[in-house]
Amino acid sequence: MHSKSITELAHSLRAGEVTSVELTQAFLNRIKQHQDLNAFITVTEEQALQQAQAADVRLANGTAELLTGIPIAQKDIFCTLGVKTSCGSKMLDNFIAPYNATVVEKLNNAGAVSLGKLNMDEFAMGSSNETSYYGAVKNPWDKTKVPGGSSGGSAAAVAARLAVCATGTDTGGSIRQPAALCGITGLKPTYGRVSRYGMIAYASSLDQGGPMTHSAEDAAIMLQAMAGFDAKDSTSVDVPVPDYSAGLNAPLTGLTIGLPKEFFGEGLDPAIAATLELAIAEYRKLGATVKDISMPNLKLAIPAYYVIAPAECSANLSRFDGVRYGYRCANPVDLTDLYTRSRGEGFGKEVKRRILMGTYALSAGYYDAYYIKAQKVRRLITQDFKNALAEVDVIMGPVTPSTAFGIGEKMANPIEMYLSDIYTIAINLAGVPALSIPVGYAADMPVGLQIIGNYFAEAQLLNIAHQYQQLTAHHQHTPHGFA
Amino acid sequence: MEWETVIGLEIHTQLATQSKIFSGAATAYGAEPNTQACAVDLGLPGVLPVLNQEAVRMAVIFGMAIEAHIAPYSVFARKNYFYPDLPKGYQISQMDLPIVGKGHLDIDVDGVSKRIGVTRAHLEEDAGKSLHENFHGLSGIDLNRAGTPLLEIVSEPDMRSAKEAVAYMRKLHELVRYLGICDGNMQEGSFRCDANVSVRPKGQVAFGTRAEIKNINSFKFVEKAINHEIERQIELIESGGKVVQETRLYDSVKDETRSMRSKEEANDYRYFPDPDLLPVIISDEFKAHIKAELPELPDAKKQRFKDSFKLDDESAGILTSSRQLADYFEAVLAASGSEPRLCANWITGELSAALNKAGLEITDSPIDAQRLAGLLVRISDNTISGKIGKQVFEALWQSTASADDIIAEQGLKQITDTGAIEAIIDKIIADNLGQVEQYRSGKDKVFGFFVGQVMKEMQGKANPAEVNKMLKEKLQG
Amino acid sequence: MSLTAEDVNKIAHLARLGIDQHDVGAYAQDLSGMLELMTQMSELDTDNVEPMAHPMDQAQRLRADKVTEANNRDNFQAIAPQVEAGLYLVPKVIE
Repeated sequence: MHSKSITELAHSLRAGEVTSVELTQAFLNRIKQHQDLNAFITVTEEQALQQAQAADVRLANGTAELLTGIPIAQKDIFCTLGVKTSCGSKMLDNFIAPYNATVVEKLNNAGAVSLGKLNMDEFAMGSSNETSYYGAVKNPWDKTKVPGGSSGGSAAAVAARLAVCATGTDTGGSIRQPAALCGITGLKPTYGRVSRYGMIAYASSLDQGGPMTHSAEDAAIMLQAMAGFDAKDSTSVDVPVPDYSAGLNAPLTGLTIGLPKEFFGEGLDPAIAATLELAIAEYRKLGATVKDISMPNLKLAIPAYYVIAPAECSANLSRFDGVRYGYRCANPVDLTDLYTRSRGEGFGKEVKRRILMGTYALSAGYYDAYYIKAQKVRRLITQDFKNALAEVDVIMGPVTPSTAFGIGEKMANPIEMYLSDIYTIAINLAGVPALSIPVGYAADMPVGLQIIGNYFAEAQLLNIAHQYQQLTAHHQHTPHGFA
Repeated sequence: MEWETVIGLEIHTQLATQSKIFSGAATAYGAEPNTQACAVDLGLPGVLPVLNQEAVRMAVIFGMAIEAHIAPYSVFARKNYFYPDLPKGYQISQMDLPIVGKGHLDIDVDGVSKRIGVTRAHLEEDAGKSLHENFHGLSGIDLNRAGTPLLEIVSEPDMRSAKEAVAYMRKLHELVRYLGICDGNMQEGSFRCDANVSVRPKGQVAFGTRAEIKNINSFKFVEKAINHEIERQIELIESGGKVVQETRLYDSVKDETRSMRSKEEANDYRYFPDPDLLPVIISDEFKAHIKAELPELPDAKKQRFKDSFKLDDESAGILTSSRQLADYFEAVLAASGSEPRLCANWITGELSAALNKAGLEITDSPIDAQRLAGLLVRISDNTISGKIGKQVFEALWQSTASADDIIAEQGLKQITDTGAIEAIIDKIIADNLGQVEQYRSGKDKVFGFFVGQVMKEMQGKANPAEVNKMLKEKLQG
Repeated sequence: MSLTAEDVNKIAHLARLGIDQHDVGAYAQDLSGMLELMTQMSELDTDNVEPMAHPMDQAQRLRADKVTEANNRDNFQAIAPQVEAGLYLVPKVIE
C-alpha cells in the first residue's frame, strides 16, 4: 500500500480496499520502524488519526477530493496551529504555532492527513540537512550519506515511503537538490505561485514552497492543492491555476530542449553527465529536439545569491529576539544581553554565518558594492533565462554536481558546500519554475535531471516529466530495506 | 556675536485609518495592552505585510495639498535596529523612494508670510510602547500601537526661530485635520514632532552642527524646547565648546533637553528594499481621482471668506482654523440668511467663548448650526435685541429648544406696540417731573435716565429706536 | 577583501548575535572566503543595469481599510517567555 501513487490510493480508498485510518496507521508504523532516518521532528499521531477519521467520513459521504485521506507530511518550516513548528532550530524548539500557514490550510481543506513535521536544515540554511538542531537526516539509499537539504527530511521521508508525499521549500535548490539525492520528484514552482504566508522566511524574494512526491503525476495533484493566489501574501501572483493533471499525457513532439553549455562543463561528475545524456536521449525518442545554448551569467549566480539571501535573512531573523516567543536566554542582565545571548544560544553556526554575512553586506559603506551589485547581476541572470526560454521551450541540466556525499564530509568547509548549489541557485534568482526527476544512478546513488521552464509553465514541466516516467521506472524504485 | 538659528522639523502624523498599515488589526487608541496586536503586528514567524489602501490615499492627498511631487513609483524599505517596541527587529519605512516628494507650506509670522519647503513625506509603521512602571525591575511592552500608519513629514531647514517652527507645526496640524487624515490629538501621540536645531554666525552660509530633539508633544513645548536648545548651543560655542551631532530628549517636567546616547550608539540601519512588499505604483487615474476629492484648503478658504463675506483677516483666520468650524459658519450663514459678519461675530465671540469654557470642540457644540441660525434670524428681523440675544443664547446652550420657542416661552419678543410704549412713557414723565424740568432747561444727559427707566419698566423688550423717538417727542412737550 | 576578528565582532554586535569567541577566527575566515567569491561579480559591467529586487515585475496590491483581526492575546501570549498584565516583559528599557 505504501508504494502506491496518490491516484492509486485515492482509488483504493474509494473502493473500500482500505480506510484512511488504516492507511494512516500503516504509515505511522513505518515512521516508528524507520526512526533512525531522523526524517521527522514531530509526529502528530493523534491528530493524524483524527484527520483520517474525518477523511473517511468525507470518503463515505462523497465530498472527498483526490488528496482526502492521503497521509502526507509537512516540512517543519510551515506553521501548523497547535503543533510545534521548529524550523529545525533550537530558537523555535518551544514554538507552538498559533496559526496555520496558507499551504497547511489548503492541504487540510483538501482532506490530506498530516503525519507530522519533517526535519530540515536550520531555518532552511543548508544543503545537507546537517545544520538541523535535531541532527542530520540519513539518506535512505545509503544511511552514511546526506539526503540533501534543506528539505532533507521531506525527501528522505518520501523516498523511504514514510509519507505518500511531502511539502518542501526551495530558496536555492532546497526542494530539487534533496529530491535528486533521494531519487524522488520535486517541483519548485514559479515565485508567487504558492503562498508564502505562514512559511517561515529565509530569503523572502527567493523562497517558494512546492511538492515532493514519487512522480510527476503525484506532484500535479499536490501542486493543485497548494497553488493559488493568497491575499495575505503581497508577492502572491493573481493568475488562474490551470488543471495540472489535464495535460500530463500531451505528446512531446516538437518540444525544443535547451542544454546550456555552462551546465555541462567542468565540475560535473562524469557519471552524472552520462546518466543525464541517457535521459535526454529518451526525450529525443519522445520527439523532442535538443539545442545547445549559452547562459553566460550563470556562473555569477552563487556570489549574487550569497549576498541577496543572507541580506534578506539577516533582517528576517531579527524577530527572533526572545521577547514574544521562542528561545530566551536565562537571566538576561539587560536588553542587549537578552538579545545577544538569546540569539547567540538559539541559532546554530550556519545561521549565524549567514546573518553575519548579510549584516555586513547591508552595512554602511558596503551596500552598493555588494547588495546593489548582486541585484544587478540578478537581473542579468534573469535576462539569460528570458533569452534562453525565448529560444527553447525548456532548459535541462543537472541538479547537483555529484551524488549524495557522506554525512560530515563537507561540514568543515562551508564554501565548498555552497558551491554544490551551482545548478539550482540561478533558478531562484530568476523566479522561474523547475523540477527534478530521478533518471538513474551513479555508483548506486540516485541522479536527478533538472527541467526548467518559463514563468507559470508548471503544467508543461509536469507533462515533460510525466512522459519520461511513462517510459522509465526510476521513480518507482524503492531504496533497499524500505520496500 | 549675532547668531542665526536654523530649524528643520520631522513630524510624525498617525494616519486616521481603521486598520493598521500592514495588517487588519484595529488602530483605536486606549485598548487593553496587546489586544490590538495581531500576528502580523507581533512579527510572528511566517507572517507577511499587505499594504492598506487608505494609508496610501491619505499620503497622496497630503502630497497634493502641499503641491508636492507624488512618486509614481515608491518603495518600502526595512530599517534595521533592535528595540523591544519594534517586534520584527526592523521598521518598514521608505528611504530612497518616498511616496511624497518636494512640496511646500506657507506660514504667517507677525503678519509676514514665509514659504517653508517640505523635503519629503513617507509612509512607515509606528512602533509599540515600552511601559516603565515597575514590573519587578522589568519593562512592559504593549504592541497595540505597532503597525499604526505614520506619515513622516520632513521639512527643509527653512525656519529661523522657534516661533516660525511653531507656526509651521500649527499650519501642518491644521492641514492634516482639514484633510481628515489625522485626528491631530497630541496627547495621544497622533501628531509628534522631532526638531533639528543648529546655530550659525549671522551671515555664514554653511550650517552649524545640528542636534535632534525628540519627543516634543505640544506646541508650547516645541517653542520652549527649541529656545532652550538654541541657548544651550550658543552658550556652548561661546564658552569654547563644540556642538556634537546627537539626539536629545526633551524633558517637559524639568524643561531641558538631555543627550540620548543610548540610541545613538549604533545607527547603522542597513536599509534595503523590503522583499515582502512590491513597489507602490500611483497611476495618473488614481491621482486624478484623489485630486477630485481634495477639499478646499485653509488658505484658499480664508481668502474666500474675506472676499465673499467681507470678513476681516482675523475673523476669517479663526473661522478657517478648522474645517469643522468653517463648515459650521457656512451652515449658520446658509440657514439664517443673515449678514455674514453677524454670523462671524456670534461664532468667534459668544460661541467660541462658551466652547472654550466648557472645553468642547465645535463638533461637540451643544448648539448646532440650525439653532444658532434660528437665533440670528430673530436678531436680524428685530424680534429681539442683541442684548436679549445673549439671554436666548444661554438658554439655547442649556436646552434643546429652538430660539423661537425660548423667545415665546420667556416672553422676550420686543414690544413694537406704540400704544403700550406711550402709556409707560407718560407714566414715567408723570412720576419724575423734576427730571423733566432739568431736561427742558437744557440738561441733555438726563435723557439717558428716561431711556433706562422705560427699558427697565418694559424688561428690555421695547424696541430701543422706538423708545428714543417717542421719548424725545414727549419730553419736548 | 578579508575580514578581521574585530570586524566580525562589530557585525555580530550590530546583529545582536552572541558568538563564541573561539569561533571568531573561523567566522572571519569563512566570511572572507565568501567575499572572495563575490569579487567575481565585479568583473561584470553592470553600469546600465537596474537592480532587481523581485522576480515578478508587479505592483504592490492594496488592501481595503477594514478591521479583520480580533483580539487573540491569550493565544499569542501563551507562547511568550514572560508576560504580566497583558504586557511582554523585558529587562528595563533605558532611554
